[in-house]
Amino acid sequence: MQINKIKTEIAEMLSDVFDGATIMVGGFGEAGSPIELLHGLIDHGAKDLTIIANNSGNGRVGLGALIGQKQVKKVICSFARSAKGITFQELYNKGEIELEVVPQGTLAERIRAAGSGIPAFYTATAVGTPLAIGKEEKIFNGKKYILEEALNADFALIKADVSDRYGNLTFKKTARNFNPIMCMAAKQSLIQVRKLIEPHQTNPENVITPGIFVKKIIEIDNPIIETNAIEEGMIYP
Amino acid sequence: MTKKNFTNAEKGWERGVIASKIANDLPHASYVNLGIGMPELVSQHIKDDREIIYHSENGLLGMGPTPNENEIDFDLINAGKKPVTILPGGSFCHHADSFSMIRGGHIDYCVLGAMEVSMNGDLANWSTGKGIPAVGGAMDLVAGAKNVFVMTQHLTKEGKPKLVEKCTLPLTGSGVVSRVYTDYAIIDITKEGFKIVEINENLSIEYLQTVTEGRVYQ
Repeated sequence: MQINKIKTEIAEMLSDVFDGATIMVGGFGEAGSPIELLHGLIDHGAKDLTIIANNSGNGRVGLGALIGQKQVKKVICSFARSAKGITFQELYNKGEIELEVVPQGTLAERIRAAGSGIPAFYTATAVGTPLAIGKEEKIFNGKKYILEEALNADFALIKADVSDRYGNLTFKKTARNFNPIMCMAAKQSLIQVRKLIEPHQTNPENVITPGIFVKKIIEIDNPIIETNAIEEGMIYP
Repeated sequence: MTKKNFTNAEKGWERGVIASKIANDLPHASYVNLGIGMPELVSQHIKDDREIIYHSENGLLGMGPTPNENEIDFDLINAGKKPVTILPGGSFCHHADSFSMIRGGHIDYCVLGAMEVSMNGDLANWSTGKGIPAVGGAMDLVAGAKNVFVMTQHLTKEGKPKLVEKCTLPLTGSGVVSRVYTDYAIIDITKEGFKIVEINENLSIEYLQTVTEGRVYQ
């Protein structure tokens, strides 16, 4: 019997998701954002989710749509402001969604640490700022650092470019961003890819995320482009 | 000491002039991160005697200029989420590696905007204390880059000094700024105060002092 992580239905990808889950969502803005999996999560209906992502969504597509459905109780991100952001802004202004602001590099490192078995680390980022309040301080070689804890997640929703059935992933250009480290940090990383290939077609030298970090894969060969979808007035569901 | 608003402030250098002064101070072969907005202008003023490599926080080293309309790829964007290009010799990496370039002290220069800069080099540029708080990569850049340059107008839109004795807005970093480029002057942050490196040819030191909180000296 062969290992095969490929699924054909989005519902199958999300079958283990539960109410109250912590879910990482890959992407930086729209680049690498797993829009079809996010729409699948709306169809799934899980509630009280904590979302870890760099941003908080645009329009009523993808992450913006999920937040608009009031399935999210908390967002952990570096930049929750956006010209095209609607849903997070509405709920935040009404006090109906929590926000934890994390400096972008600290966010990336907390995710990387979680995937590498590092429970916490010291960093100079944010020392002396409001984001250091309540955090342990320590001096190394005469310089002040603060303690930051790893960010773990139950699931990661990821968009990659190409995969084989083992989950050996490559990414496209700057759509790589948070995706590889989120694959490592989540208990289950759920990947939508533009193209599936046979294992013998995978060049081991070019694999960015090795399959050990991947749980399930689905092919979405013509994914929604967020900018175009918003311009065309798309609203999900 | 809070200064009044200067409603009839003197006209200073145009943005392009400030950008070219910064461009002249970036040495050949530097790895540079330019903040979103006004600092992006710096790349247009680099002379042919040097090659600068631009870093974008979202995993792009060797960033090129804005693409033509027909070459736009929404999977190739900068930290401001605008379409860009990649130059020959450029590379992509994931976010933790990209921020290791910053936090690990590998970026030689970053150029950022400012709301306030204090005499001891504190920078406030991420929050007015109102609206949704959003920090992005600013705190990582000021904590990690080898040199932090600020590019800003000397006065706010309301005519208030941005160079102050002590910042009143939430800090981005403490004691992190090395040099400030404004439309009025180039100023180094020193223990003695704001040291004038170059002053706008149309302005006097006395005028610069009146539009700056805290000691200005030459």
